[in-house]
Amino acid sequence: LKSKAPMKDLKMEEESSGVEKLEPGTTFPPTFSVSEIKNKQRRHQMFMKLKQEKRKQKMQLKKKRRKEREALGDKAPPKEVPKTIENQRVFDETTVDPEDEEIAFDEGTDEFSAYFNGLTNPKVLITTSDRPRGRVVKFCEQLATVIPNAHVYYRRGLALKRIIPQCIARDFTYLIVINQDRQTPNGLVLCHLPDGPTAHFKVSSVRLQKELKRRGKAPTEHSPEVILNNFSTRLGHTIGRLFAALFPQNPQFVGRQVATFHNQRDFIFFRFHRYIFKNEKKVGIQELGPRFTLKLRSLQKGTFDSKYGEFEWVLKRHEMDACRRKFQL
Amino acid sequence: ICFLQVIWDIIGNKQFCSFKVKTKSQNFCRNEYSITGVCNRSSCPLANSQYATIREEKGQCFLYMKEIERAAFPARMWEKVRKLSKNYEKALEQIDENLIYWPRFLRHKCKQRFTKITQYLIRMRKLVLKRQRKLVPLSRKVESREKRKEEKALIAAQLDNAIEKELLERLKQGTYGDIYNFPVYAFDKALEQQDAESESDAEEEEEEDDEDVGQREFVAEDEVEESDLSDFEDMNKLKTSSDEEEQDESSEEEEEEEVQASRSKGKSPANGSLVRKKRAYVEIEYEQETESASRRRTT
Repeated sequence: LKSKAPMKDLKMEEESSGVEKLEPGTTFPPTFSVSEIKNKQRRHQMFMKLKQEKRKQKMQLKKKRRKEREALGDKAPPKEVPKTIENQRVFDETTVDPEDEEIAFDEGTDEFSAYFNGLTNPKVLITTSDRPRGRVVKFCEQLATVIPNAHVYYRRGLALKRIIPQCIARDFTYLIVINQDRQTPNGLVLCHLPDGPTAHFKVSSVRLQKELKRRGKAPTEHSPEVILNNFSTRLGHTIGRLFAALFPQNPQFVGRQVATFHNQRDFIFFRFHRYIFKNEKKVGIQELGPRFTLKLRSLQKGTFDSKYGEFEWVLKRHEMDACRRKFQL
Repeated sequence: ICFLQVIWDIIGNKQFCSFKVKTKSQNFCRNEYSITGVCNRSSCPLANSQYATIREEKGQCFLYMKEIERAAFPARMWEKVRKLSKNYEKALEQIDENLIYWPRFLRHKCKQRFTKITQYLIRMRKLVLKRQRKLVPLSRKVESREKRKEEKALIAAQLDNAIEKELLERLKQGTYGDIYNFPVYAFDKALEQQDAESESDAEEEEEEDDEDVGQREFVAEDEVEESDLSDFEDMNKLKTSSDEEEQDESSEEEEEEEVQASRSKGKSPANGSLVRKKRAYVEIEYEQETESASRRRTT
């Protein structure tokens, strides 16, 4: 045993120091793979060796390519663009062309046309499910500061179907219901009131104003601007208009506030910033206001009616989540 | 009847009864025919030969009666009487007429039980009409998958950059109107950085804003006269508009709009023809610039 131990140590040292020395001497059978070695330490070492080899080859390849590129100079082929999920996105046939007449006509006559023609001013009612606790209450209040002309009312066990006619009678244009799960908001129902579509979202990663780093002061009463990014399909367009109609038509640039709804891979990120133009090429933004992400779960034609409503779009996980590169919004 | 007493002796206190549930303060009887749920000598269905209960199935209540004569036939022991009337008082009368000559205790308890049952049936019916809470189960796998997707999407979104870009776009397109001082200065400065020879740029900069007095760094060329300067100003507007639109055809409209809206010297309408002539000249010169500008934007 004693004799074997120093032998092993020697061998190890040989391995670690004379890595290259081993290479030209040994030949492995062609079907050999590193994972077949039973000894853990040796296996580990062989694997590290393999990795080093691969890395070296990659670096050599890179250098070669770079030299070629420099040698060619202007005539070099353009740099290859790396594949991203956005690049590889499965083409959605409902993508909206900016010049599509049919869609322009549709949007001229749909439920938001009244808003976009300047006839109605948004008036938003924010409420929760029964017995709001903890963060939900604060979240509601902060939402109310962000959205101008928003009122928070407590639910106290009222049925939504009875609230809706009352809201319509009092000229509300929007109803927001925030659902909660263990004292944090986890669902949002956005209902456009006079017969408008109802959208049900899943809310995640809510950060209240206190929890933001490098936060600015509280949002003022000015109406913010709205930025809607990446709403490209027909469904996305509808949702985008849904969000746009939450805010008054004419933003007050004096306030320098902007609310952003950014759609990325079917997640809608909401941010609220105050911006300032330092000069013509640089703008600084400072986050006020809460931030949260939404994921659309269903879109329903009329006002909120979960049993008998006509659903325009429902998230069907098995169909829609099957392909990583396919998105709905 | 003494055998019933024996039964009770056994199951009541001394030995085991499988329907009995013992708690700290009380014993309960889990027998389905028990009229009160309590384990008592008088309300044990096993230890009483004459017994009656009310049981309900799917919203309908039935009166079950057990009599001594049928004690030997377990299959036929319980007699079921249907309560036809939904009316509460009529049902009570029916109980009374069925249990006539029965001990007061059983009659009373039957009626009590019937009352309770109808009350909870009414409540069930009311609740169905009200809002019902549906519990949706969350799948842990799905939730964690979605969370990770969200994180990746957030990284891919690069929100701050996107917002800043959008705001700068809006600034360039002039949605902010005249609030900010530097809308056109931006373009001038940018183009200036590209083309070293553009003296005219420098001149236009100066003439543009009255408020940019302090920022005049470039000295006007001597050869250019004042009328030419105003023309250059218009041409600058044309040029910037053509930059924005990237179409030369719309520059005409732009020219008219901006002419009306601008704080220019007012010479422009009169110099329409002159401008057009000069414009032809300018376009040739600046063709490269527009290209380079567009290239700059795409890269």
